[in-house]
Amino acid sequence: MSAHPVTEAELQAYVDDQLPPSRAAEVAQHLVQHEDDAQRVAAYRRQNEALRAAYDSLLTAAVPARLQPVVRRRWWASLQRYAVAAVLMAVSGIAGWQLHAYIAGESAQTIYLARVAAVAHAVYSPEVQHPVEVGADQEEHLVRWLSKRLGTGLKIPHLAAQGYTLVGGRLLPDDRGPAAQFMYQDGKGQRLTLYVRVSKEAREQTAFRFAQENKVGVFYWLDGRLGYALSGETDRAELLRVADAVYRQLNP
Amino acid sequence: MNRPASDVFATQAMQYIPRLRRYARALTGDASAADDLVQDALERALIKHKLWREGTDLRAWLFTVMHNVFVNQVRSAAVSRTMQLDDTLLAGRAQPHSTDRLEIRDLDVALQALPEEQRAVVLLVGLEQMTYEEAARVLEVPIGTVMSRLSRGRERLRRRMQGLPETAALKVIK
Repeated sequence: MSAHPVTEAELQAYVDDQLPPSRAAEVAQHLVQHEDDAQRVAAYRRQNEALRAAYDSLLTAAVPARLQPVVRRRWWASLQRYAVAAVLMAVSGIAGWQLHAYIAGESAQTIYLARVAAVAHAVYSPEVQHPVEVGADQEEHLVRWLSKRLGTGLKIPHLAAQGYTLVGGRLLPDDRGPAAQFMYQDGKGQRLTLYVRVSKEAREQTAFRFAQENKVGVFYWLDGRLGYALSGETDRAELLRVADAVYRQLNP
Repeated sequence: MNRPASDVFATQAMQYIPRLRRYARALTGDASAADDLVQDALERALIKHKLWREGTDLRAWLFTVMHNVFVNQVRSAAVSRTMQLDDTLLAGRAQPHSTDRLEIRDLDVALQALPEEQRAVVLLVGLEQMTYEEAARVLEVPIGTVMSRLSRGRERLRRRMQGLPETAALKVIK
């Protein structure tokens, strides 16, 4: 029954809830019998609380501009592509382009895109028997079929360089009509899906945005009439890496 | 021109800026010094971003970078810092506080009275809520060192906050 003597390190770990439950119970027992240790533990816990109470406001405070450009400079570099696209579209006379749209806040439409794509990912990516309607072996047919249904020429990005092969695709119902989902898979069976939907009127372009719906992460963006969302249960960095490759293939 | 690795790095790093600011604020005891430190650390991190291995803990890596910047700054400013501690800060806290609930300024002063190495551990664990392993990695010291610094730092902070006599160790402040 007699427990090992409680060490100083264990007292600290008890303060920080870093002990296994069984040992924490033994330390709690020790504290009942050792008033001075109990007082120290209580004081140290109050210290942690005081620290957070004093400084946690910085977690939600606006980050000063002088700290942001340091990082954004690089991020903006990737956005230069959008700027180039903007110029090209303006030159080629495509109406309706609004530069401010991709800097401005998020529209309800793009939020919807992220959500519907995440749900479609969650529904079809675990599918063993029928993950797609048309397999990658009929890729040409898949592109023609979905392009026809969506009423616009679609391109299927190839992500072999990123470690993903095309499984195939399917047609999905969206709130404004047909949408497409392409599914990819890596060597370990990890799946990503690219959701594509068409909008009749909107011609805006956005930066990559990220949303998390339960376990599914989504990078999504608008590019002219098309909205894209890349979903996966993978970490954000990996998803961004692939989303970046998708974007570049669609906008060579 | 475009390097996806740095894009990935930049977006990922941005989400940790508030945490870096919080830690830097508590570590330096001064809002603008804290943002200077974060800025220096971010610049350094961007230069060195290729040394970060994707998929590993970016938070820990950024904290390590910032810690190293901080240590270098403290070393180069060691003399003036000592003057400040002895003359201004400690004198300002002559009256013991009757309660544990300290104002931010009191907490700043109490933290600044800790040796920098103890302060860092107390904050990484107590404020940033890192595990001891994570704190050891950030500070690049063995975990036993983390534990002893934590123990000494907390006890010293407690005595100060409760108005108990300072331990003899305070005299060792360099």
